[in-house]
Amino acid sequence: MNLNVLQFKSDSERLTHNLDHRERIQSALKKYYVARDDKKARFQDWQAARQAAAETKWEAVNHLDKYLVEFADKIEARGAKVHWASTAEQAREIILGIVKEKNARRIIKSKVMTGEEIHLNAALEAAGYDVVESDLGEYIVQLRHEAPYHFVFPAMHLSRGEISDLFEKELGSAKTDSPEELTMIARRVMRDQYLAADIGISGANFAVAETGMISITENEGNARLTCALPKVHIALMGIEKVLPKFEDLALFLPMLGTAGAGQAVTCYNSMYAGPRQPGETDGPEEMHIVLLDNKRTHLLADIEQRDALHCIRCGACLNVCPIYKNVGGHTYGTTYQGPIGSVITPHLRGIQEWKHLSSASTLCGACTEACPVKINLHHHLLHNRRNAIAQKPVWWEQTLFHLSSILFNHPALWRLAAWGGRIGQLFHPLIQGTILDPARAWTKTRDLPPVADQTFKEYWRSRQK
Amino acid sequence: MSERTNILARIREGLSVPAPVPGTHELHGNEHATAPAPIVPGMVMKWLPPVGATFGDQVALFAKNSFELKTDFQIFDSLGELQGALKTLAQVEGWQRIGTHRGTLNDAICPALGLPMMLTDESYATPDLEKCDAGISECESLIAQTGSVLVTTRSSGGRALSVLPPHHVVLVRREQLLPDLPSGFAALKQKYTGNFPSFMSLITGPSRTGDIERILVLGAHGPKKLTIFCV
Repeated sequence: MNLNVLQFKSDSERLTHNLDHRERIQSALKKYYVARDDKKARFQDWQAARQAAAETKWEAVNHLDKYLVEFADKIEARGAKVHWASTAEQAREIILGIVKEKNARRIIKSKVMTGEEIHLNAALEAAGYDVVESDLGEYIVQLRHEAPYHFVFPAMHLSRGEISDLFEKELGSAKTDSPEELTMIARRVMRDQYLAADIGISGANFAVAETGMISITENEGNARLTCALPKVHIALMGIEKVLPKFEDLALFLPMLGTAGAGQAVTCYNSMYAGPRQPGETDGPEEMHIVLLDNKRTHLLADIEQRDALHCIRCGACLNVCPIYKNVGGHTYGTTYQGPIGSVITPHLRGIQEWKHLSSASTLCGACTEACPVKINLHHHLLHNRRNAIAQKPVWWEQTLFHLSSILFNHPALWRLAAWGGRIGQLFHPLIQGTILDPARAWTKTRDLPPVADQTFKEYWRSRQK
Repeated sequence: MSERTNILARIREGLSVPAPVPGTHELHGNEHATAPAPIVPGMVMKWLPPVGATFGDQVALFAKNSFELKTDFQIFDSLGELQGALKTLAQVEGWQRIGTHRGTLNDAICPALGLPMMLTDESYATPDLEKCDAGISECESLIAQTGSVLVTTRSSGGRALSVLPPHHVVLVRREQLLPDLPSGFAALKQKYTGNFPSFMSLITGPSRTGDIERILVLGAHGPKKLTIFCV
């Protein structure tokens, strides 16, 4: 068993037994459900909007070469410099190169999931630079030296008490149980950082091909400050973020706000079309766009699962996932948690190492139903299971399926097994939950449902008489 | 340049096989659909949240959205009334210094407040703007559908004025109220096609966060208050 599997198993076991943790996640999500349902109900036709969003992303992803070139050319014409990175390492080198060339010391960063993906902070810190996360949730997890717990709500797993203790220890602030006071402590710290930073690093939620802009969605205003005050703005984005037209944003911004956070649109939706233009009085002198592949083209080549690149990172699939709600975000051990993370991680980081995530699903389809761009998430999890097995069959699973097929094909054997099961369960309590129990994985925490007195066949026969 | 070539080559190779119909959830079939029909801009308006037909409906919707977002939205009948309200606001909050920019509404209103003003029309020092008690800006438009203010570097005094001071005040004329997001984007495109400002933003309520236990806190990093005075 590889390390990822062992870690997933032990963490999920530990966290499902932690009632405080479950309570915190569920109460946070309850607030989200109420708000989301309210905002969804205000749409005249949510389903038609989803279909249109899915078709728009289909158009963009299935003509990615055309739209990506259009985007890059248009934004370069406005004075931005576009860099192309095939791998995480190249992306880190490009960004480190810019930072070095500018003689920068202090770097402020708004939330960038691709930055988590390529371990950008670690690389910058190793090279001797100070990097501060400006998003409140990201800042909290950065102080704790943790990865984000959820890609929309990074500090969802922490209570205000834990955050207060953290701030007391790291920032020397007084204890408080007011979320407002805690937020204001972070606000004051961050104000100095924005004013002093030489470089601002952001991500991008969308890139508009037609006009050469990136669009950044946020609530706090930290990305706005990050992209307004430092002299250099670097935006790191996956190549799949492209939308064809400017007006597509009129559909995608409300879809993202509603599905992601239960808001009609989020507080700030900003479009950036290059660095400061002639006649403008503020804004960065330089803008760099780093386009990251990092195996996205691998996913693109799989026609069955290409639509996973439609993802707009709203997090709606996590919020409704029964597994996520119980095991939490860190358990996945991935940059992108929950159903979408389980679908794309095997493509980005190796199917054999990450195939266990495909089983971290009840296949209930809640994720697919919640997805604003209609990605067929739970079917993709099945595809991943099938692909993993086709690539590298597991001998004992093959043997078990072979034996079951013999059993199902021979009525006499089946009757014998049904009889054996009924007898066997009389003795089961003697070994239940122990190492001798063949059903131990289930029975150590639950009862085994009793085998029925009659098989269906026996029942059917008795009805015919 | 070479990584650009490599990435584009991998994309083209990947796209050599077409993908099935988007969003149908019938991936077990082998059908390869033709591209979906392009979405006509007007269609989007039929799916997004409804907006009333008359100007009065739209003002009412904007006011309702503002209330939910904790934005202070007021509409006045004359410039004089607006000026009076702004003066009162400045006194109540004890403003010492304001940040603003040149514009017909701003020029008519701001100097009369009698406060030291910092203009962002020419290069300015960021720490000075940070010390202002309020940033007073104009805007491109208001969007009734979402309760948003659309600002740009060219209409609203640059990138920082509307986000750095703790109170953002927007001065706007009633004819700038637009019904929905598609019309907001269409208006920007019509006005700036070929030469967009480097920054455009939809501001929907004062800065907020829910990062701590999903409890709403205003003024996470940007303005704690958003006031919209319309005339």
